[in-house]
Amino acid sequence: MDIDEHENPRANTSQALSAVTKSSPVTWDIPTSYKKGMLVPARIFATQKLLQEMDAGVFEQVTNVACLPGIQKHAYCMPDGHWGYGFPIGGVAAMDVDEGVISPGGIGFDINCGMRLVTTNLLYKDVEPKLKQLVETLFRHVPSGVGAKGFVKLTQSEFSDVVTTGPKWCIDHDLGWDEDLERTEESGCITNANPEKISDKAVARGINQLGTLGSGNHYLEVQIAGNIFDEKVAKKFGIIDQNQVVVMLHCGSRGFGHQVATDYLLRFNAAMQKYGITVNDRELACAPFQSDEGQDYYQAMAGAANMAFANRQVIVHRIRECFSSVFGKSAEDLAMHQVYDVAHNIAKVENHKVDGKMRKLVVHRKGATRCFGPGEPEVPSCYENIGQPVIIGGSMETGSYLLVGMKGARDQTFGSTAHGSGRTMSRAAAKKQVRGEALQQEMAKRGIFVKSASMPGLAEEAGFAYKDISAVVDTMEQAGVSKKVVALRPIGNVKG
Amino acid sequence: MPRYRILDDVAIADICFIAEGKDLNELFAHAAFAVEDIMMDTKTVKPRVERTIRLEQDKEEDLLYDFLSELVFIKDTDGLVFSDIKVTIQKGKTCSLTAVLRGETLDPNRQTLRADVKAITLHMFKIEKTKTGWLCQVVVDI
Repeated sequence: MDIDEHENPRANTSQALSAVTKSSPVTWDIPTSYKKGMLVPARIFATQKLLQEMDAGVFEQVTNVACLPGIQKHAYCMPDGHWGYGFPIGGVAAMDVDEGVISPGGIGFDINCGMRLVTTNLLYKDVEPKLKQLVETLFRHVPSGVGAKGFVKLTQSEFSDVVTTGPKWCIDHDLGWDEDLERTEESGCITNANPEKISDKAVARGINQLGTLGSGNHYLEVQIAGNIFDEKVAKKFGIIDQNQVVVMLHCGSRGFGHQVATDYLLRFNAAMQKYGITVNDRELACAPFQSDEGQDYYQAMAGAANMAFANRQVIVHRIRECFSSVFGKSAEDLAMHQVYDVAHNIAKVENHKVDGKMRKLVVHRKGATRCFGPGEPEVPSCYENIGQPVIIGGSMETGSYLLVGMKGARDQTFGSTAHGSGRTMSRAAAKKQVRGEALQQEMAKRGIFVKSASMPGLAEEAGFAYKDISAVVDTMEQAGVSKKVVALRPIGNVKG
Repeated sequence: MPRYRILDDVAIADICFIAEGKDLNELFAHAAFAVEDIMMDTKTVKPRVERTIRLEQDKEEDLLYDFLSELVFIKDTDGLVFSDIKVTIQKGKTCSLTAVLRGETLDPNRQTLRADVKAITLHMFKIEKTKTGWLCQVVVDI
């Protein structure tokens, strides 16, 4: 091999596709006979078109996941799935807590990367004349891009409190509203978090990053409601009008979560031999959930997840301040209520039925969103009769969706659905097709005002680099997992 | 500082690069340069400050992983990025590295930012000897 040659892991989909059988119009199964060591079949949720567009890495990776000790029912891949590290993005796997493993590769480097959605009582006609000013204000006040430092200065002890309690710390320090907590997955606090299981290196990377957006595909976006598919549920979520303005936020635990993931990936790789575990990919390194390594990682990961919930909390506080200054009204008067905050890179201990019996499982969701239906105990009381909101972030050009979890979700996918539209083109390839400046001007002509810390970064996020988000959400609705409530269309975007 | 190449079709949501060098010193320097150049246009980074990194590992592969991870750590904690990188590797019972890096503090007003590298991954990570020297393949998480 030399610098001008390389293997392409995304090629040769045809061999994988020949092993796939259709089990419903939107589910495709790969049997355990596909690969030595598979303990359960793999199941991919997709339309035929989405399936055919998936890269070969998805088939390889989802079947590798199916080999992990203690995995239950199926290794799943959502319709926005694509190649990831170890697990595919869009991967869902549930392991028995006593016999199974936990794997940082099933959660992702950006622990608790997730979405938050806030409503306003403004309509497009109110915002349009001030859109440029609004986006520029948001860009100035929400730090983004390479190496950005946050606006909340913390001591070591305060950072430890954030890691332990999540957004509650922020609300106690006037950086949010009480109601925000209930409208956050797990009320924003995974209780097993333990700062002692987190390295000094991770703390050094994270302590200055609370309140930063990051870069890559992270953004905050001003959107307007488009089609309202379910008026009753949309109203419960605070969306009553087409053209109503909402704000969507996508970011995670920043360098802090990445360092936690890196630390434990190395520790797990060293420990696997001790437990007699072999995996098909070093990024699938894992340890028994009940082992010292497994428990330490779970507690550290929970801390990084809490930091991510807090990061989004602090940014939403800034968003409320920016709207208030631009529109000359308080955030309360602008009815800037949080619809929900949901993680899409996380592992959680949950109870699910397997073979008719309730089992305690560690559910890995990597690029996948929890989507519990109505009546589930984890759904906040304000939504208990309708189900949990699910926020699906699309590309900055094509729009996003607000969904709701359906009753069948638990049985079908351990209560998990897609997380976004899913990339279909690499960053490097997208950048060769369009320049950031040209894209910015072209989007402005279509009424989408974008500010970015990086013009090449903007080009990498062009809409054509992503799958058809409507096909993704329709797939999961057809599967009886999550249902469309409102389509959301971008009008302003701040990118890292 | 040459010589690395981004692979268009490998890391779909992130960035994969191949770097090479006539020896390990050059390979490590080129790989480090690639990481910095992914984060920002290194042509806009002036050599205002100098930083020395010393690391030791059993294998070259692990040493490269630690070295590149250290650059990500320095970017996040001290806010430093580099455009001039010299590396000396000494192989004995273990592999030790001394790197002298020159660059400056991150400042969007002075430098052209690109993508924030948040982790060096083990996915497809490799280092190998070639007919003409050494080569490595690295996927960075964005």
